[in-house]
Amino acid sequence: MTTEGRRRSWAGLLELLRQALRAGQLAPPWLRSTFIALLCLSPLAWLLWALMWDQLGPDPAKVLMKGTGEWALRGLALVLLATPMAKSGWPGLFRYRRMLGLLVFLYVTLHLILFAQVYVGWSATLLFEELQERPYVLVGFTAWLTLLPLALTSTHRARRALGRSWRQLHRLIYPATVLAWLHLLWLSRSDWGEALVYGAVLGGLLAWRVRRWQH
Amino acid sequence: MRKTIYTDPSIQSSEITPEPVFLNRRQLMKSAGGLASAAIASSMASAKASTEALVYAPAGDRSLEDQLTPFKAVTSYNNFYEFGTDKDDPARYAESMTIDPWSVKVGGLVNQPGQLHLEDLLTGFDLEERIYRFRCVEAWSMVVPWVGFPLSDLLRRFEPKSEGRFVEFKTLYRRSEMRGTRSFTGVIDWPYVEGLRLDEAMHPLAFIAVGLYGKTLPHQNGAPVRLVVPWKYGFKSIKSIVEINVTEAQPRTSWQTLQPAEYGFYANVNPDVDHPRWSQGFERKLPSSVFRPNRVRTLPFNGYADQVADLYAGMDLRRDY
Repeated sequence: MTTEGRRRSWAGLLELLRQALRAGQLAPPWLRSTFIALLCLSPLAWLLWALMWDQLGPDPAKVLMKGTGEWALRGLALVLLATPMAKSGWPGLFRYRRMLGLLVFLYVTLHLILFAQVYVGWSATLLFEELQERPYVLVGFTAWLTLLPLALTSTHRARRALGRSWRQLHRLIYPATVLAWLHLLWLSRSDWGEALVYGAVLGGLLAWRVRRWQH
Repeated sequence: MRKTIYTDPSIQSSEITPEPVFLNRRQLMKSAGGLASAAIASSMASAKASTEALVYAPAGDRSLEDQLTPFKAVTSYNNFYEFGTDKDDPARYAESMTIDPWSVKVGGLVNQPGQLHLEDLLTGFDLEERIYRFRCVEAWSMVVPWVGFPLSDLLRRFEPKSEGRFVEFKTLYRRSEMRGTRSFTGVIDWPYVEGLRLDEAMHPLAFIAVGLYGKTLPHQNGAPVRLVVPWKYGFKSIKSIVEINVTEAQPRTSWQTLQPAEYGFYANVNPDVDHPRWSQGFERKLPSSVFRPNRVRTLPFNGYADQVADLYAGMDLRRDY
């Protein structure tokens, strides 16, 4: 494709996106959240589809572990992006924070279930051994434990019942983010590229909050 | 409209070599020399672009034959970091590596330093098949039918000197053809280096592979020539070798240099010594699936203890892992 052609197709895509957004604003809220939920579930759907049709190679568990872990991190970045965007006049994402958070928890939980099924065979002894001996497993597990109360208190009723402490409790998303990134960092062996990219994005989003608290 | 096809009047059609025969001239020549094998028949049928059928003596020990990992799994799930760190990167990108011409420089403490070219490797040794277990330090394993010759055959040809104690191996390092080595964030100091003690290298199980499943090695499996040491973790079985040196000092191997607490020089398969990242008590025997992970217990020395344990008599393998 020529440079000119490529530019035109990019412009076309942008225009399409703008129109879709405008149409989206006219759509009823329930339709919008369903659409966003389906969009966020599409990586999982793709992984399951590929698994069913034997497209994940000889060690599908490894691909699924990587896939669920990476999409959880991306989702976490999206959740953390909601507030800075809202403060800059883009409130769109903010409305879907709870849903995005719960979807992150879904990906992390699947990640953990897969680990139990494939790597430790549901043996409590082996799981305990892994937690003791392998720091990245411990850190990842702790991240899941940190997210667990947030998922459990995500309902309107829990929010009302907890009152002001709900907000404090949900600040646990920050240590969970740090733990999730440490988990990735500890898994890096010979190439730090991926850990650095996630570190820059997640670190930036956390730094924005630190700066705001200082002011 | 009549189509006209150009024909060279000086060449009769009966003189033109049929393509399969042309592609397989090598084993036709060898089989004429008396080294016939059942592999010829199958090789005539499938002449794929990059791999070529080999002629070899069938494996003597066929006890693992019914556990063979399928060809597709062996050639699509690889660790070859020169081409990227994902398991499917080598199958995707290793084709860019030029393997013909190829030469292996053999030197160091030997009486007859020299070079082996691709033809020497494929036709200069008596090729045989070996069906070996292959255990990766990442706790997965395969069973692979290699084709090649004992490493000792190669070393003897260059006459190691008596003061030689170790053998060092180096992989090709060619940035232009190896995208993984161009990564800005990678921390491996290329070229990849591996090593063995000389007595380990002379052990009859230590093997130089030039093929698998009856054909020359696919690029992603370490074409055109690699090491296979079945009782050690896979990272010892260095791929695409360009240099072999007999040395007095223990070679500085790549993974050991990078993470001495995680990777030892010996790296013998040992279910009792855990790696900080992976429990070594079990392995996933590929192909594995989510609902049937195929987890089996790992055997000491990967099941070759009877044959190799003597090499380490008196050593503390918890310390020298």
